[in-house]
Amino acid sequence: MSLDAATVRRIARLARIRVEDAEVETLKSELNAILGYVEQLDEVDVDGIAPLASVVQLGLRQREDQLSDGEIAEQVLANAPDRIGNFFAVPKVVE
Amino acid sequence: MAYSLEGRTGTWEVVVGLEVHAQVISESKLFSGASATYGGAPNAHVSFVDAGFPGMLPVINKECVAQAVRTGLGLKAQINLFSRFDRKNYFYADLPNGYQISQFAHPVVGTGTVEIELQDGTIKQIGITRLHLEQDAGKSMHDQHASKSVIDLNRAGVALMEIVSEPDIRSPEEAGAYLRKLRQILRYLGTCDGNMEEGSMRADVNVSVRKAGEAFRTRCEIKNVNSIRFVMHAVEAEALRQIEIWESGGEVVQETRLYDPSKGETRSMRSKEDAHDYRYFPEPDLLPLVLEQSWVDELAAKLPELPDEKRARFCDQYGIPFYDAGVLVAEQATADFYETVAKTRDGKLAANWITGDFFAALNRTGTTIETSPVSAAALGQLLDLIADKTINGRIAKDVFEEMVETGAMPADIVEKKGLRQVTDTGAIDAAVTKVLAENADKVAEYKSGKDKLFGFFVGQVMKAMQGKGNPALVNEAVKKQLG
Repeated sequence: MSLDAATVRRIARLARIRVEDAEVETLKSELNAILGYVEQLDEVDVDGIAPLASVVQLGLRQREDQLSDGEIAEQVLANAPDRIGNFFAVPKVVE
Repeated sequence: MAYSLEGRTGTWEVVVGLEVHAQVISESKLFSGASATYGGAPNAHVSFVDAGFPGMLPVINKECVAQAVRTGLGLKAQINLFSRFDRKNYFYADLPNGYQISQFAHPVVGTGTVEIELQDGTIKQIGITRLHLEQDAGKSMHDQHASKSVIDLNRAGVALMEIVSEPDIRSPEEAGAYLRKLRQILRYLGTCDGNMEEGSMRADVNVSVRKAGEAFRTRCEIKNVNSIRFVMHAVEAEALRQIEIWESGGEVVQETRLYDPSKGETRSMRSKEDAHDYRYFPEPDLLPLVLEQSWVDELAAKLPELPDEKRARFCDQYGIPFYDAGVLVAEQATADFYETVAKTRDGKLAANWITGDFFAALNRTGTTIETSPVSAAALGQLLDLIADKTINGRIAKDVFEEMVETGAMPADIVEKKGLRQVTDTGAIDAAVTKVLAENADKVAEYKSGKDKLFGFFVGQVMKAMQGKGNPALVNEAVKKQLG
């Protein structure tokens, strides 16, 4: 598998990372090197083996339905770059 | 008659599938202990997990899983003992993590069915593809500031069930019937309040059109429609738009659209161009969700009676028509009210009173079954007074109006106002004699063959007795005296 320049730009857009034209070639070869490394896994024969979601042979731990958190608006908003009252404020996004 | 739309090139069939997002009723959120209550001060019901702070880990709420399983059981669906969570990646200001935790490849509930009933009495099965658990996003508001949107994360992380139907729906009417039935089932189960105004139930509507016998054509998805009426309108508006495109030689492009109720049309959401590239991958912070069959069985054993079963039982047990039973089971509260009244009494009479005078009174007074001035016990007592002939049906209507006005018990009203039915044949005979004497001319007409006047005499006697005469006895007395 080999990424082309258009795919690199698309991945960057999906990740909301700005990539200058001059960077595309470098990123392309770096990403291809990473993919090439991971692709070594293709050499393993996995026929008839179910995909593994976790290496821990346990089910998910579940909690009871109780209120134990929240009501900390000041702390939640503490790092917000901008706020209006107790709302987060962001550049206008309208459909 | 099947629904279809006529175009210039012939008849078109409409194909609809619905994705319903139903907010789970629970105390706390799906993966955090913050409150799942609607509303509240901005960002009050938010934990660091909900706000996507670094290093915070999700821990699943057992009750939310139980609610999803109950819903699956109510939809006669397969419960998957193994399911898993995935990350659905997209960027939006009200999604703090940049991904939503959802279930993509392995949902907790598999295929099921919902039975719908149409106006003409047709029964149809709509297939359920799957139900999965996921987190809700926060809420953006765009009208609070000139150049900024504001974000409230109170809803972020609240558990949703996404319920996906098969493309089995063929008309706006079927879409409406499906949503109403689904909402009814969710309310009976107590797993979602079905309140579309508050957004606790929302629908994404997938629409395509085709000529008879064709395979499916390209569909468009109309996002976030928030009332049943709008869903029905959106289906037709979108189908007409697609027909116009196909018929003028164009090609429908698969895309996400919005329904604009004020214009009655759908429009493209260009901003969602990349929306379908969600790059799902297994959520590394959560192990697979593994359920015990015994736990699922326990939940199944405690499931309430569902509307279809209740309706069948009402017909069977109380001998009422299928239609009336449908009206009575529409809401759990109405069904409970009916059963309280009907349990030891005439089920048909109870059904007639509730669907007739009682519903009319609720409408007129703007009350609901919960706030009604007439309780089930009071209505039951009224039926008892009719059954033991203390009052007749005519007087019962007056007593009922008084009950609506004052909230008093019927026996007290009857006592206080002296409305007890007169069964004393001496008193009835006297009233009949007096009426016939006062209407000698009409009596002569009756005797010369004008039979219809019989009703007039009965009416006059009842009037003379302030409506309190026993109708059967009055009839009999009039007949006897007219000879």
